[in-house]
Amino acid sequence: MDLASAKMLGAGISMIALAGVGIGMGTIFGQLVSSVARNPASRDRVFGLAILGFALTEAVALYALVIAFIILFV
Amino acid sequence: MASASGGIDALSQFALTTHLGPLGASVNFTQSNVSMLLAAGLTIVIMWIGMRPRAMVPGRLQSAAELIYETIMSMCVESIGEEGKKFFPIVFTLFTFILFGNLLGVFPYFFTFTSHIAVTLALSLFVFLLVTFVAIREHGTHFFSYFVPPGVPGVLIPLMVLIEVISYLSRVISLSVRLFANMMAGHVMLKVFGSFIVMLGGLGVLGYPPAALSLGVNTLLIGFEVLVACLQAYVFAVLTCIYLHDAVHLH
Repeated sequence: MDLASAKMLGAGISMIALAGVGIGMGTIFGQLVSSVARNPASRDRVFGLAILGFALTEAVALYALVIAFIILFV
Repeated sequence: MASASGGIDALSQFALTTHLGPLGASVNFTQSNVSMLLAAGLTIVIMWIGMRPRAMVPGRLQSAAELIYETIMSMCVESIGEEGKKFFPIVFTLFTFILFGNLLGVFPYFFTFTSHIAVTLALSLFVFLLVTFVAIREHGTHFFSYFVPPGVPGVLIPLMVLIEVISYLSRVISLSVRLFANMMAGHVMLKVFGSFIVMLGGLGVLGYPPAALSLGVNTLLIGFEVLVACLQAYVFAVLTCIYLHDAVHLH
């Protein structure tokens, strides 16, 4: 296998991180729905926390993306 | 757009060129610096003109200025505590600078300075140094107890200290890479779908429907970019507040 194709494969493999991110996002918004269903009055407060959690989880996906870019272009 | 080799050249949009002729070239005054000055200027203008009427029932610009002020003020007080009011100016400055920088990048012909790791790393290093400075000023050498979590059995302490130190230092990287990667990924995605439109349009009539689809996706992506721009500025400010809380209260 030459270097170019190994780089392509490596960039693809680094995207496995997205499986964990998917699980995390599902957990965050699933828990958001169930907690708002239990206590609709808490919606504003819980929504802010969920957005913070969403941003932190999304960052993990972007770390994987940055690693893929580093493999491909650097 | 699509490069000569037929591939998609997504990263050339982040290349810097100098402005203002030879003088600008000698001090490396790039379009990134122009955007930074614009973002800072916009903040000052909106705050200044927005707060000038001092009306009881605020107009549009005054509402915008008050909204930003109140959001950051409540964020500071909620996450740091009463001492948070001391740190309001710095958090407000960081938030507005990043917010206007991110939002400027959504407009055509403007450069997103937050899409460069050098800029975001400088911002997050500044936050890191500020937090460490505040913690040492408030607690003196007692600050180092931050790295020894309470209630840990003695055998585990060396390991825990190592982990805590690494997690404390990795804040710089996570804070900067989060902002940089979000802005860069968004703009790369816009460029990729923009290239699709051009490439598919070149195919003739058969390419027009998928090209129109890419155009629709790009339109949606720009809306998403506006959301991400506000969200990432907010997250940067919230995390700064959380770090300051740790510095002031030590766990």
